Amino acid sequence: MTSRDDVVVLGAGMHPWGKWDRSYADLGVHAARSALADAGVDWPDVQLIVGGESVRNGYPGYVAGATFAHALGWTGARIASCYAACATGAQAIQTARAHILAGLCDVALVVAADRVPKGFLAPNAGDRPDDPDWLRFRLVGASNPTYFALYARRRMDLFGATSADFAAVKAKNARHGLHNPNARYRKEVSVDEVLASPVVADPLHLLDICATSDGAAAVVLTSADRAQRLDRRAEVRVRAVSTVSPTFPNTEIDMPDFATEAASGDVSAGSFRASIARAAYEEAGIGPEDVSVAEVYDLSTAYELDWYEHLGLCAPGEAERLLRDGVTTLGGACPVNPSGGLACFGEAPPAQAIAQVCELTWQLRGTAGARQVEGATVGISANQGLFGHGSSVVVVR
Amino acid sequence: MTARPAVEGWFSTGAVPELLGDRCAACGVVSFPPGRSACADPACGSDRLVRDPIGRAGTVWSLTDARYQPPAPYRAAEPYEPFGIAAVAVEPHGIVVLGQLAHGVSVADLAVGDRVELVVETLFADESGDELVWRWAPEVAG
Repeated sequence: MTSRDDVVVLGAGMHPWGKWDRSYADLGVHAARSALADAGVDWPDVQLIVGGESVRNGYPGYVAGATFAHALGWTGARIASCYAACATGAQAIQTARAHILAGLCDVALVVAADRVPKGFLAPNAGDRPDDPDWLRFRLVGASNPTYFALYARRRMDLFGATSADFAAVKAKNARHGLHNPNARYRKEVSVDEVLASPVVADPLHLLDICATSDGAAAVVLTSADRAQRLDRRAEVRVRAVSTVSPTFPNTEIDMPDFATEAASGDVSAGSFRASIARAAYEEAGIGPEDVSVAEVYDLSTAYELDWYEHLGLCAPGEAERLLRDGVTTLGGACPVNPSGGLACFGEAPPAQAIAQVCELTWQLRGTAGARQVEGATVGISANQGLFGHGSSVVVVR
Repeated sequence: MTARPAVEGWFSTGAVPELLGDRCAACGVVSFPPGRSACADPACGSDRLVRDPIGRAGTVWSLTDARYQPPAPYRAAEPYEPFGIAAVAVEPHGIVVLGQLAHGVSVADLAVGDRVELVVETLFADESGDELVWRWAPEVAG
């Protein structure tokens, strides 16, 4: 399964997620060096470095590409930096991929890091009444879990989902992440423990909602031609990257929106989230039936269930059954979040979409150890960044 | 003491308050909040937008609450009192608009599909006066 339009993942690496007394640049350098070592590529041989920006670490975060290039030592490499909130990593990968496919370079390093304060994510400081992200906090007090909870409640009222169903997602992901050395939380969590944790935004409990973390992730990408010259033809390949935005009228209310643009549909094929994966499938020339493993953005447990449907793993309203039947658990037909997901990592927003690709790379190589999905050949990630950023990557081997 | 909207031009404050939005004079598409540069429909793109009432009642699309105090710039009175939040499909256009639930209305008082209407209440008060905001309350029959 190879194509000249693929880019090849030569290496993947992370700094473990957690709360660390290390600088923003340090975290990124750790992930970058780990990915370079995994790739067998020396930093001076990298022609392009793409940094996924952080908005929480001052200027070094805004100029992420330069920050990491400087920290690794100036080599004259081309630099790009980009930001798309939680979807930043997919944009960074796409930037590197586009350079490679256009023939502008053939070895690129993609890296993103974040250090995130504990508690609710908050808008940037200052009085900014023109910023929807500022206004939603000011006028409604709508935190991120507000939006998570609106969709969770919708599943309950439409599909009969229960709090125990949501908690079962956490229990599954906690088991998946137990042996992941990059995960922050490596401890079993029972359904009862989730239900006993305080309600943050009805119906979601504290343990339904992902924490905020520090972490960093990186991949080294190269062209199919160069991989062939290096005799690395069997490596994992990126076959599609979806960075789509919504289409008018957007029927989904999402951070930081106050309103939809038309009557809101239900979890359905017409939604923005469903279009994210659909674009990835189309570009890759595959369908949901081909997927052997998925990494999805479980900001909340209920969102993971939404993603099953947006990815086409089941019809709307059937996600709870899919979970109960064990289809998405390790050992099932299509394990979801074998890494443990955000439930075990917490969120380091710009690095997250790269971390998803790292996990899928290890899964397709067959080197994921105790969390290995047997015989995985096609992986898909799904994620969404606020202000209308889609993010989905298809990798194959 | 004066009372003023916490945000200018997003809702009216008369006896029967309404949401205000952008209505495209070319194609009729409405959007909320108002203040767009051009019509939301890319196939239209007109910049002739009129600020107009866009509705005052509808049905609950979904709802939740805020059990813990949201971070700044939200301003809360001490001690913090949790409040409800609803996303409401507003008639006649059906766009879903977020807002707090009216004071004293909890998430347990409503379900998806229930009818609600817009009320204007005090969001925050200090020595300079009250700041007003739109909120959702169960519709009063009749």
